[in-house]
Amino acid sequence: MTLAPPSGRPAVDASGRRRSGRGSGRPAGRAFARSPIGYLFVSPYALLAVVFGIVPSLYAVVLAFTNADGGFAGFDNFTKVVGDFRFWPAVFHVTTYLLIWLLGLVLFVVGLALVVHAVGVRWVSTTLRFVYYLPGALAGASSVLLWLFVLDPTASPVSGLLTAMGFESFVQVIQPGHLPAIFAIIAFWTGAGGWILIMYGALNNISTEVIEAARIDGANAVQIALRIQLPMLRKWVAYMGVMSLAAGTQLFVEPQLLSQASNAVVPNDYSLNQLAYQYAFQQNDFNGAAAISLILLVVALLLSWVFVTRGGLFEKE
Amino acid sequence: MAALSAERRRPSLSGWSGRSIIGVLLVVFVLFFAVPIVWLLLAVTKSSKTLVVADPFSLGSWSDFVANWHQLFDFQDGAVTTWIGNSALYAIGALVITLLVSIPAGYALALTEFRLRQALLVLTLVVMLIPNTALVLPIFLELNGVGLIGSPLSVILPMSFFPFGVYLTYIYFSTSIPRDILAAARIDGCNGFQVFTRVALPLAAPIVALVAFFSFVQNWNNFFLPFVMLPSSDGYPIQVGLTSLLASTPAFNPSSAGSDSVQLPTLALGTIVSILPVLVVFLFSQRFLVAGMTAGGTKE
Repeated sequence: MTLAPPSGRPAVDASGRRRSGRGSGRPAGRAFARSPIGYLFVSPYALLAVVFGIVPSLYAVVLAFTNADGGFAGFDNFTKVVGDFRFWPAVFHVTTYLLIWLLGLVLFVVGLALVVHAVGVRWVSTTLRFVYYLPGALAGASSVLLWLFVLDPTASPVSGLLTAMGFESFVQVIQPGHLPAIFAIIAFWTGAGGWILIMYGALNNISTEVIEAARIDGANAVQIALRIQLPMLRKWVAYMGVMSLAAGTQLFVEPQLLSQASNAVVPNDYSLNQLAYQYAFQQNDFNGAAAISLILLVVALLLSWVFVTRGGLFEKE
Repeated sequence: MAALSAERRRPSLSGWSGRSIIGVLLVVFVLFFAVPIVWLLLAVTKSSKTLVVADPFSLGSWSDFVANWHQLFDFQDGAVTTWIGNSALYAIGALVITLLVSIPAGYALALTEFRLRQALLVLTLVVMLIPNTALVLPIFLELNGVGLIGSPLSVILPMSFFPFGVYLTYIYFSTSIPRDILAAARIDGCNGFQVFTRVALPLAAPIVALVAFFSFVQNWNNFFLPFVMLPSSDGYPIQVGLTSLLASTPAFNPSSAGSDSVQLPTLALGTIVSILPVLVVFLFSQRFLVAGMTAGGTKE
């Protein structure tokens, strides 16, 4: 998950996006070619976009509104999955996890980026960024496996810390009530470094004249951070928030592996995506699975739409 | 922390205590991010007994490492080797198609005019923001309909659709390539295709590398897609194979104590092996990624 590892993806984006405003309009230039080669060059991509973007979405819509025999089912599939006793707990789990994770992400990523940026010694700052970024290499199942070790008091590198907190066994650590926080920690550990790099890049983009002027006016480092740097990071924080929110709704690999490792102390229908998976592969109910997928897809699309239109990410300058 | 240059910024936290707070904060997070990785590297040199008994940060022995290595690669008659091979096949296969498809597409979107250009651009931006996992089940249902489930193509083809790569290429070609150069090449007698291969493509080498990097990392780490598409263990990539290792680890799954069971240090080794290629790519490209980012930052 967090697949789309924000780990590095938008890192480059940082340089690209600022300029996107200029590029996104209709390019005006005399060498702007109106040649058939355009079609030739985009058609493979357009084909992939249709086959793996548009068709699956439409197919999910069709399945969600039909029954197993292919007849029109109206909203039956939706009422069925929403009425499922596992649905609302899954919504609750995912929401709690998202709240904790997003709060931690915004708070610590912005804070750390500001502090790392303020560090004057070059090698210290570089090393810090590298160490924070490194866990991004462990995404998906690998990072969850690593955290299984960390959370198991018998083997954990921080077993002292765990016992001090009163945990004697793995099963005690992964009590259902702890899971949202645990998943948030895993996601933060893997993903935060990439975002810190992005915020750092954004801080570098703030012109030195502005900072200099503020300093001459008598602002100290904390005032500069709060009154100048923070407001200028706002767009990036919004970007991080929405990307992470959209990705977080798809929670799957963490609870899946934890469920497997805990002998089902963690249920295998903990998250919405897992529930959709259960529908498709345990109950052979593709229509129900499609209904849940569609709900998740609509949520993801809505969030991106809000961001594209309100966040001004792709707006022309 | 002495690192804060007080002379230059005159921070209000310039006092001894303020700097200590910041220093402690930075160190705590260094530990948070680094300790699990350091521990993992050390764990593979221990036997399952010393892993529990010895100090977590002590170094084990070479013989234990070799034993773990053998246990890992003997698991289910060399399944791990198969999984790594599969991962390489999927990640590189998708990477090649991604490059062949994305680079020309980004070029065409940026520098040529055609009908539906705007629509394709919007579609790219929207799909880019949709989390990958959101489309996995619908793609499964679609591929199930055409009977492709279980074939390597069911993983490679969906992974080849990489809108983020098209977006990066598009941005690059619309901002960094002077149109005059392309026009000059045209006057010199290049046709449209030659302008792309002889002029634009060599100039775009850095962005090709970047798209390749992101595509590879994402493909290698992908879990949900292969997990859903590939029903048999022979077809697993290593990320999904890890779940088989986990299922055979008695420490996490007591019912699995049997002849082919996996000990904790072996599982740790499996985790390292599963990320090794990505780790190598990360180490090589970190400097270049950050440099690229900050270079863009100082330009305007």
